[in-house]
Amino acid sequence: MTEIRAETDVLPGVDRAAPLLEVTDLHVEFRTRYGVAHAVNGVNFRVSPGETLAILGESGCGKSVTAQAVMGILDSPPGHVTGGEVRYRGLDLLPLPEEQRRRVRANRIAMIFQDALSALNPVYTVGFQLGELFRVHRGMSRRDARKRAVELLDQVQIPLAKARIGDYPHQFSGGMRQRVMIAMALALDPEVLIADEPTTALDVTVQAQIMGLLAEQQRQRNMGLILITHDMGVVADVADRIAVMYAGKVVEEAPVHDIYARPAHPYTRALLESIPRLDHKGGQLNVIRGLPPALDAIPAGCPFHPRCDYAQDACRHDPPPPYAVAPGRTARCHFWREVVGDE
Amino acid sequence: MFRYILRRLLQMVLTFFGATFIVYALMFANQDDPVQALAGDRPITDSQRQILTERYHLDEPFLQQYRYYMEGLLTGDFGTSLTGRRISDMMADAWPVTIKLALLAIVIAATVAITAGVVSGIRRAGTFDNVTLVLTLVILCLPIVVLAPLARLVFGVQLGWFPPTAGRDASWWALLLPAIVLGSLVVATQLRVTRSAVAENLRADYVRTARAKGLSGRRVIGVHVLRNSLIPVVTLVGVDIGNLMSGAIVTEGVFNIPGVGFNLFRGITTEDGPLVVGFVSILVIVFLVVNLVVDLLYAALDPRIRYA
Repeated sequence: MTEIRAETDVLPGVDRAAPLLEVTDLHVEFRTRYGVAHAVNGVNFRVSPGETLAILGESGCGKSVTAQAVMGILDSPPGHVTGGEVRYRGLDLLPLPEEQRRRVRANRIAMIFQDALSALNPVYTVGFQLGELFRVHRGMSRRDARKRAVELLDQVQIPLAKARIGDYPHQFSGGMRQRVMIAMALALDPEVLIADEPTTALDVTVQAQIMGLLAEQQRQRNMGLILITHDMGVVADVADRIAVMYAGKVVEEAPVHDIYARPAHPYTRALLESIPRLDHKGGQLNVIRGLPPALDAIPAGCPFHPRCDYAQDACRHDPPPPYAVAPGRTARCHFWREVVGDE
Repeated sequence: MFRYILRRLLQMVLTFFGATFIVYALMFANQDDPVQALAGDRPITDSQRQILTERYHLDEPFLQQYRYYMEGLLTGDFGTSLTGRRISDMMADAWPVTIKLALLAIVIAATVAITAGVVSGIRRAGTFDNVTLVLTLVILCLPIVVLAPLARLVFGVQLGWFPPTAGRDASWWALLLPAIVLGSLVVATQLRVTRSAVAENLRADYVRTARAKGLSGRRVIGVHVLRNSLIPVVTLVGVDIGNLMSGAIVTEGVFNIPGVGFNLFRGITTEDGPLVVGFVSILVIVFLVVNLVVDLLYAALDPRIRYA
């Protein structure tokens, strides 16, 4: 491993003893001709080796943007990181020049995307797209890179890897394509893997296989895994901790069991209540009334207050800080005590 | 794949016969008095007229004439022009120079269009993009009957940078100015297509993946975006090759290049049926072959396309 890591160990400022990945007060906005959309408004989280953090939230809550800001692949313009820190092993990545930032990507922090069909280049073989990583980052020859690519496909359990290395993405099934994506993300042995809705485009049986594969690879490699999803069912099985996002903020962060047993934020609570349950068959589904706010007009105070059953005057004016609910557990709600205590 | 090519070749045979038939019919229908046209203003004797009429079967019905012509064509005999020259000899003179001209034009046009298209696709709404937009609009608005004489006058005669005429056995250098003029016919569309393809592909998910892989910006554009963006451009360039072959009439006339366009123009004005039909037949074949090659190239560039 030391020899493979050689290229990126020259990164100055990396402290092996520092936390693996720590995001502090991250702000991202999109400046469009129609106005400024505040997509991420002070996100904090941290991931340790071997840990799975699930980032949970509705569409448009800023979870994918957060991931892209951490990777440094925001579309810019219009996207701009306007504040905060993304520390990898103590080194803040945001001010790094692109050339150094580029070496962190795929080498240290890798990412897999939702729809593998559009996320893979349609005109190159999977062998080329996998091998490219070894050729660019490791300076391998075409032949060696290809050999490594076959090994990787084998590792992600693609049958007949050697025969399929010359196939194009459209010749794979959806599940197999997502395996190719995973192989690509794992290629350079990263320490952090960000999976942005990795199973959303797949059917349920395949979803389970892909999640199983991710969990297995994570265990073997002791990676930190950030799982971005809107599916609370997926999260329950694999995550260690959950960060619930709303309107560009982490509104609640807690160990997975605590959050399911006793949510401390009204939004989390409403999300959990909206999961259809078999024993409620025939009854009406619980929904959260209203819509998430437009990102260019986030309400003052607590952004959730217009939809919240617990809202009081304070919520309309004072944005709630992350209250410490328990060690390792925070909630941005002035009335978290009532929420937790309320059965 | 093999069956696809075979089917296309069979279709080409049909198209070829149909096209030559129509051209032949048009020339026949347009005929006034080709013998007199040949002689120009000079009077022509009855015996001369009789000889010419017999040689070219001018008094026989249309279908009969067409049959004679096709018989000759299929045995590799294009016949003789009304001027008495063998048409195959004229073609041997005309085609190489026109092919040279068209290839040069297409290389110039494609190079300029793709380079500028990629740059303006990346920097949309930037200065470069806006300047090229205005320039391409100007070029699109200038018809070649204006552009060709203007270019010859300015760059050939007044500034003297290029030879004003090319003539027979023209060197590449002498063909450069006519080629630029001819290329300007297609450069604007190629540039706009490249630009929009690059702009569209830059937003594609696979580009985000490529960046997440830690590839350099140069590699993301040069390897991932470019290959996808060239697919529509290649189609266009292929079709343009055919267009340029036939579109050379004005350019060849202005720069005095004895190519295909030059001969065709003369053939049409002198009502020289065999000459026109002969040249057009070859043009039709060029068109058909180029189209087939483009379609095959399309499949080579985009692996999702399969012909069966």
